[in-house]
Amino acid sequence: MKISTIKDLLKAEVICCEESLGLHVYSACGSDMMSDVLAYVKDQAVLMTGLVNSQVIRTAEMMDMKCIVFVRSKMPTAEMIELAKESNIVLLATPKRMYEACGILYSNGLVGNRVKNA
Amino acid sequence: MPEALSFKFDVDGEDFTCAGQASVIVKKNLRQLGLPPEIIRRVSIAMYEGEINMVIHAGGGKAEVNVYEDCIEIVLIDNGPGIKDIEQAMQEGFSTATDTIRSLGFGAGMGLPNMKRYTDYMDIKSQVGVGTTITMKVNLT
Repeated sequence: MKISTIKDLLKAEVICCEESLGLHVYSACGSDMMSDVLAYVKDQAVLMTGLVNSQVIRTAEMMDMKCIVFVRSKMPTAEMIELAKESNIVLLATPKRMYEACGILYSNGLVGNRVKNA
Repeated sequence: MPEALSFKFDVDGEDFTCAGQASVIVKKNLRQLGLPPEIIRRVSIAMYEGEINMVIHAGGGKAEVNVYEDCIEIVLIDNGPGIKDIEQAMQEGFSTATDTIRSLGFGAGMGLPNMKRYTDYMDIKSQVGVGTTITMKVNLT
């Protein structure tokens, strides 16, 4: 699924890195706990979260993610936007809640986590 | 054997928003060296978790990453409160982090287990009231 399709499906606003909207992504995850993202996620290119701080961007960077979707109309800070630009991570903001946003993407074919076991 | 390539950092314990800066730099440097992406990811996640731990629990510390021919070594040294029971600290879900830290997305008790999960070798030396030194290695071969 193209990131631009995610933007359309979630009626999301593009906050930065618009030039990467044409990138294809194949799976996504949703969490407000970055520790869990670091523990269980593998090869997910999209992170959906309601958490707003710089560690969200750094976690995505560590996991080689391409796009972060902020749910519930949360908006990242200027510092977070700068960090995302440096790492070329697309930031989107949607008014939808986490459950609904995940459901929409899942039912449109963007699959979820493949749990990485120890 | 050629001398190891080494990156050294002071991890600032004052500001949680800055935590992880060293890991981002290491990741960029390892990319420039052309190492396999999966190796880079494992090293940077392990170091990032360690860096976060140092900021949350120990008021900062020192981090060193050494690139050898056969492995990448990460050494994290702090003068924090130390870990009383390492076996307990290694259990998934065990955490002494505050609610404030949890509200920032960390403190789920996954940090140390993640560091072990993503590395091939991990050693923790800790003394209560003195500090903690963690050595991790990711094999290149």
